[in-house]
Amino acid sequence: MMTLTVKMTTKVATHGLNLFYGEKQALHSISLDIPAHRVTAFIGPSGCGKSTFLRSLNRMNDLIQNVRTEGQVLLDGMNIYADDIDVVELRKRVGMIFQKSNPFPKSIYENVAYGPKINGMQNRAALDEIVETSLRRAALWDEVKDELKKSALSLSGGQQQRLCIARALAVNPDVLLMDEPASALDPIATGKIEELIFELKDKYTIVIVTHNMQQAARVSDLTAFFYLGELIEFGKTKSLFTTPEKKQTEDYITGRFG
Amino acid sequence: MKPLRFTLGKMVVPISAFASFGVILIVIIVMGTILAGGWSTLSWEFLTATPSEGMTKGGIFPSIVGTVLLVLTMSIAGVPIGTITALYLSEYSTKGSYLSRGIRFAVNTLAGVPAIVFGLFGLGFFVQFVGGGLDSIFADGIQVKWSQPNILWASLTMAILTLPVVIVSVEEAIKAVPQELRAASLALGATQWQTIWKVVLPNSLTGILTGAILAVSRGAGEVAPILFTGAAYFLPELPSGLSDQFMELGYHIYIMSTQSTNVEATEGIQYATTLVLLLLTFVLNFSAIFVRSRLRSRVTRA
Repeated sequence: MMTLTVKMTTKVATHGLNLFYGEKQALHSISLDIPAHRVTAFIGPSGCGKSTFLRSLNRMNDLIQNVRTEGQVLLDGMNIYADDIDVVELRKRVGMIFQKSNPFPKSIYENVAYGPKINGMQNRAALDEIVETSLRRAALWDEVKDELKKSALSLSGGQQQRLCIARALAVNPDVLLMDEPASALDPIATGKIEELIFELKDKYTIVIVTHNMQQAARVSDLTAFFYLGELIEFGKTKSLFTTPEKKQTEDYITGRFG
Repeated sequence: MKPLRFTLGKMVVPISAFASFGVILIVIIVMGTILAGGWSTLSWEFLTATPSEGMTKGGIFPSIVGTVLLVLTMSIAGVPIGTITALYLSEYSTKGSYLSRGIRFAVNTLAGVPAIVFGLFGLGFFVQFVGGGLDSIFADGIQVKWSQPNILWASLTMAILTLPVVIVSVEEAIKAVPQELRAASLALGATQWQTIWKVVLPNSLTGILTGAILAVSRGAGEVAPILFTGAAYFLPELPSGLSDQFMELGYHIYIMSTQSTNVEATEGIQYATTLVLLLLTFVLNFSAIFVRSRLRSRVTRA
């Protein structure tokens, strides 16, 4: 007999994560379990630390000078801040989509093939297949299949962002981190990205930072509310938006501040 | 009576217009004089013949070849070093660290050193120290090969002189590559070197090329660094290797106007040689602009 209960396995867990920009503490002891194959949204007012926290999940904060991180981030139980971790390998498993779409000034094909190529893949047929699969998964294939040689910069903003998603999918990550992926897009392009997120969670664990609370409510299974560098509340999206436990959460989602 | 500041304000426009016009005027006068003096001497034969009759007749072919060889060897030596330094400064070094501040200080100092000092440095370091060292190891003691002025030492001296030009323009180009592209590459699991090789360098290629061409047009116009390190008064044959001396356009102008056997008789040659040097520099600058615009449109069309 198959059981119908869906078990939530933890994909990414943080324990007591503190982060400092120089002297200033930006994250205060964040502990959070992000389940696999779910969409987890981070919401909160500007400067609350949600993007900083997102970037600490694939160590993109390492690129900023004077950033110090304390505590643990476990990916499948493995601490990604341990000394023997290969950051390059980590980032292959934890992909990232940025707020501003950032395709390389190369062709559409070369953009998607970039990740596999730097990993040493040279077989043309295999690359062709990865490019097609990734573009299909990012719901862009039908729009660009006849013009793969065209510059990625000739695409519209929404298409560029989906191209960036395809590019991230091409290295076959487990986790996709999305930093306000639709904030620069019009409502139709935003809708397409949201549909895409919904479809992608079958195969990937998705974490999305958003300013837009309706978006969080639409796409996510779980929501975390951040305020002033602290995790205020974390739970099922539906219950967090309908019956928040904390006063601050309620004030924020009802629009009393932020 | 109007206050003084109104009068001053009204005078700004004519004064600045006059100053700007002055710049154009100077260019016209310089170009006009050189064109008028050199045009009648300039011919295909002048460009392809060697000097003859005690350098009062003939052409300047060896000087053109020498100049081209000089700037080519200089670029091969200087551009990679300048590019790597610029990469280190902008991609690897910690901003504000003692090391990067030290390098920047050195680059700025290098840019301010008079050209003649580079010439003397080249003589002392490359010709005597390096060349002398090579000779004492490899030569048979009778013939000297490397411990005398030659193309290689002159080019290396010139490469050091033009290094700041390369470093500054390449660094500007590297800085202009958007940070988002680096982040995108790193987030896909690229190493820092892969990111530099695949994203940063291709996108700053125009800057590197511009740096090289600027260095070449700067180097083509300098005489002092090659005075003691490789340039020759007159050579019957073209240089056949890096250990040969060479004739050079700028140096040729200098000796023709100061040490010629007959300064009046060679006036036409002097003007024409200057004209060739100027045209060469113009061609270089225009080709730089052309290459840049071509590359730029290729990047956007991809």
